[in-house]
Amino acid sequence: MSVKVSMKVNGKAVSAEVEERTLLVTFIREHLLLTGTHVGCDTAQCGACTVSMNGGAVKACSMLAMQAEGAEITTIEGVAKPDGTLHPMQAAFKEHHGLQCGFCTPGMVMNAIDYATRHPSPSEQDIREALDGNLCRCTGYHNIVKSIAAGAKAMASAK
Amino acid sequence: MHAFKYHRPASVKDAEALATKNAEGRLLAGGQSLVQAMKLRLSSPTDLIDLGTIKELTGIKVSGGTVEIGAMTRHSEVHRSAEVKKAIPALAALAGMIGDRQVRNMGTIGGSLANNDPAADYPGAVLGLGATITTNKRKIEADKFFTGLYETALKPGEIITSVSFPVPKRAAYTKFKNPASRFAIVGVFVAETASGVRVAVTGAGACAFRQTDMEKALGAKFAAESIAKVKVKPDDLNTDLHASAEYRAHLIGVMAKRAVEAALK
Amino acid sequence: MNAPLIGARVQRKEDYRFLTGAGQYTDDVTLKNQSHAAFVRSPHAHAKIKSIKADKAKKAPGVIAVFTGADIAAAKLGGLPCGWLITDVKGEPMKEPPHPVLADGKVRYVGDHVAVVVAETAEQARDAAELVEVDYEVLPAVVDAVAARKKGAPVLHEIAPDNTCYVWSIGDKAVVDAAFAKAAHVTKLDIVNNRLIPTAMEPRAANGSYNRSDDSYTLYVASQNPHVERLLMTAFVMGLPEHKVRVVAPDVGGGFGSKIYLYAEDVVVTWASRQIGRPVKWTADRSESSLSDAHGRDHQTLAEMALDKDGKFLAMRVHTTANMGAYLSTFASCIPTILYATLLSGQYTTPAIYCEVTATFTNTAPVDAYRGAGRPEATYVVERLVETAAREMKIDPAELRRRNFIRSFPYQTPVALQYDIGDYDATLDAAQKMADVAGFPARRKASEAKGKLRGLGYAAYIEACGIAPSAVAGSLGARAGLFEAGEIRVHPTGSVTVFTGSHSHGQGHETSFAQVVADRLGMPIENVDIVHGDTSKILFGMGTYGSRSIAVGGTAIVKALDKIIAKGRKIAAHLMEAAEGDVEYDRGVYKVAGTDKQKLFGEVAFAAYVPHNYPHDKLEPGLNENAFYDPANFTFPAGTYICEVEVDPETGVVKIERWSAVDDFGKIINPMIVEGQVHGGLTQGIGQALTEGCHYDPATGQLVTGSLMDYCIPRADDVPNFQVDTRETPCTHNPLGVKGCGEAGAIGAPPALINAITDALGVREIAMPATPQTVWRTLQNKKAA
Repeated sequence: MSVKVSMKVNGKAVSAEVEERTLLVTFIREHLLLTGTHVGCDTAQCGACTVSMNGGAVKACSMLAMQAEGAEITTIEGVAKPDGTLHPMQAAFKEHHGLQCGFCTPGMVMNAIDYATRHPSPSEQDIREALDGNLCRCTGYHNIVKSIAAGAKAMASAK
Repeated sequence: MHAFKYHRPASVKDAEALATKNAEGRLLAGGQSLVQAMKLRLSSPTDLIDLGTIKELTGIKVSGGTVEIGAMTRHSEVHRSAEVKKAIPALAALAGMIGDRQVRNMGTIGGSLANNDPAADYPGAVLGLGATITTNKRKIEADKFFTGLYETALKPGEIITSVSFPVPKRAAYTKFKNPASRFAIVGVFVAETASGVRVAVTGAGACAFRQTDMEKALGAKFAAESIAKVKVKPDDLNTDLHASAEYRAHLIGVMAKRAVEAALK
Repeated sequence: MNAPLIGARVQRKEDYRFLTGAGQYTDDVTLKNQSHAAFVRSPHAHAKIKSIKADKAKKAPGVIAVFTGADIAAAKLGGLPCGWLITDVKGEPMKEPPHPVLADGKVRYVGDHVAVVVAETAEQARDAAELVEVDYEVLPAVVDAVAARKKGAPVLHEIAPDNTCYVWSIGDKAVVDAAFAKAAHVTKLDIVNNRLIPTAMEPRAANGSYNRSDDSYTLYVASQNPHVERLLMTAFVMGLPEHKVRVVAPDVGGGFGSKIYLYAEDVVVTWASRQIGRPVKWTADRSESSLSDAHGRDHQTLAEMALDKDGKFLAMRVHTTANMGAYLSTFASCIPTILYATLLSGQYTTPAIYCEVTATFTNTAPVDAYRGAGRPEATYVVERLVETAAREMKIDPAELRRRNFIRSFPYQTPVALQYDIGDYDATLDAAQKMADVAGFPARRKASEAKGKLRGLGYAAYIEACGIAPSAVAGSLGARAGLFEAGEIRVHPTGSVTVFTGSHSHGQGHETSFAQVVADRLGMPIENVDIVHGDTSKILFGMGTYGSRSIAVGGTAIVKALDKIIAKGRKIAAHLMEAAEGDVEYDRGVYKVAGTDKQKLFGEVAFAAYVPHNYPHDKLEPGLNENAFYDPANFTFPAGTYICEVEVDPETGVVKIERWSAVDDFGKIINPMIVEGQVHGGLTQGIGQALTEGCHYDPATGQLVTGSLMDYCIPRADDVPNFQVDTRETPCTHNPLGVKGCGEAGAIGAPPALINAITDALGVREIAMPATPQTVWRTLQNKKAA
């Protein structure tokens, strides 16, 4: 059985016939071939699949594609400027060595952007708590926290 | 995930009709528990009835000493709501402790209550504040809603539409998190209300329950030291890898004490 | 000339692709005509397979094929090999039971591979996998390594009727016993080094394909060492010539040891791709990874230390039982022996050490190297003993360590290793300053005033990295060499591609290796690209593990660079009409000594490829060199960690208040990357000590911590901001003076943290992970006592 699903992904209208059981993350990775959104667990702990839906960070592995019908989705591929210039949060991760293997990174960045949009000058403890939905096994979080603090600052001053 | 049929009703009435027709179907709210269970093939409904686009199920209304929250209102909306923060700060704070940031952007109060996970947070507030659950068929008092492990008073075809919380004099929720899942190992909601003190415990038993000994003690004097005298028995409490019944019993005392302290702040 | 790149905090070259979603991990690779595999796994810890019926599964929608152990046996595929032969105390080889790719009549742990379904989509494969009917006769199971040796324990393998893989020892027992007999003080500890699930964020994945046109295979796989994977798979399992198999490990989302090994799934997808004539992809979900990835640690140890009245260490006696799991994973046997017992000297002059290790089979997932691999277990034994002895003898724990530090190098330990260099006072002094140990009593008082308990703990660790001199490893049972290969390809216009056998899966080789090359060749780092992870591009490689990449892989690159520079010198001499002996080289510039004549490296490279004016009688054109490097010794990173905790006695919650780490990694190429490695290692060590405990139900053998709902890897709010610093004694036997830094944190963190917690609680012992419940229970027991 299949159903039609339509949404806007990274500013582009997309539409496809999918199996009803298709997860949003499967739709993004396998139908749209946007493989920057990752799957690191099956119980909604790791957050590697985080995308933005209508401006809020959600876990694309924990929802059906159908639940995003008509929504505006941004994935990691849609964050940098079209000319390739990194978003301030991406740039902060690079500058502060906020990533190692890179697998959790897209989810970290997507959550961090949503968070920093709402909290322009978070404390270190605030940031640690805001990462309750993202796991990283490489960095020990130290430099991720630094990156998000710097990224939030850069985002606020770019406004 | 096993295959299923997907429905997107436009109204509660349509949803009710679909739910009645498909006995092995499930209502889909935010899906933060149900989609997980389906992914792990632990739950395999024949049909999913998605409530996500039913407008009448969302929104927050504060009036006449009551906070009414639509069933499909996301946890993050409750957490961020200036009105809820003003009326029942403990409720806004609790919503901000559920799951994680991303889960809170999808998860809903109606979904959480209908699922009645023994370690969920919202049952603590609903029971602790003596809320009323409104469905498409009737109103259900909090004290009669949670009936057992993942079991509620909801009947087939019954859909939660909103939850009304009476505004208390003071209240607070403290949560001791499972370090891995971040669900409650023990969560205690304490409220001093017009009709007396209520103490609700979640995470520790088959479903949320009231701690009446503490309610009595706090009724006499709403102060942390009142809790100290109450002995919490481990009988009937959950035991798992993370916490024995005995440890949970102890934590109920500690969390309750801290909730009272927080409520008095 | 450019500013020096070695030692600079250069931002990573690989980050742009990861930050924009352009990384290519194994699951991101989808081949034309792709099919998908799902494995039928044993739900039982121990059972006979009476029958397998696959008819229903074969008829399910989308199913292409179903294979079982019978098909594998008919195809005459070998079992998964173990790469290290341990010889036991009686001189007998260890027991090596067959490790079938798909179960051969019996399953031995929950998650063991029974059958595979290949279908058009992953969900269809999973749907059909549920339809494979397996009739099991359930057998009793044993999951505990000590219990497995008890009489009457269920037997896993016929060739090991007492479930014992080997009993192995090192050291002179008689000398050690004699030292204990005359000791003024003996400290004794029962130690459990808890079992861990590695949990790299990218679950394992493999995608195999067969190419009919040249009868060859390609395997994309999340692996730390594609060449070893190919070697083991072709030579031992599939009976194929190596040149017919290409293994590609593209971007890999963390490994920590768990992706070193050859796994059944890798073989099955490769083999099946030929059977069905289509590429076959398998990607584990997290639960599947938790069940079937090789786990880490799982030791039970009785550890004893003998001291004289002044606190001088006289001897150590260690008896360890190590859990091997149900089968021997690729390097399982050498972890609790060669990589464990040899580290028991720590930073100390302990003259006599005896260690006996019993390795047993149990109905659990195979256990193998996990970040640190043997060295964390050894460090935990040593540093728990030292701290406990200090408390028992009422000697300051730092002072006790100082009384026993090795200060003269090279130093031959009683457990085979020879340390080339180190300065343990330097790291301890610096860590004490950083941790403000002097201010601790006041901070403890302040905590007590709030009703909290505060504690401080040390760990002074050493590790043996840069594994290993092949001859030494071979004499100890290694079935492979342990060198590394590198190749430098200079392009005509002077840019460079470097090929390395060291795989990078988070370590940042693409940057740090490029720094070394760009620095030596005096060019911008943008002109140097590092290629790794593809057996069709790289001449050979032993892979990334044991903190060996910069020390061994980096040295191979330096050796190749030396050859490039030497050839360039000949070309430059010709171009400048000078004698080769008069040409000096420094970071990209060839100069004739004592003159102002010079040629830039780029000019020399151009001449090598456009050889119009060229010494054709003496030299071939082109500028491309490779090198193999086999290390002369291990490297010995060492350091001191000081942890300070505050415990909430009401709940048992431990909060890490301060973490001070001072490491000696020798010379450092990129301090930013090194710090990141330390942060990550520390967090995994903190995870072991505080949150992570793999738990099998002893009665049923079910993995209780099978998902991240129950297995707790640290989150951001579980760990502190780290203070890290380094001291430097350059390694004496490699040209960069480097030692390696990947595992240090995971090695030193657990004892520092447990020493801090026991100090806070005022108890002798506490089990890892020290979860809130465990801490609370420990305090209750103390009160009751």
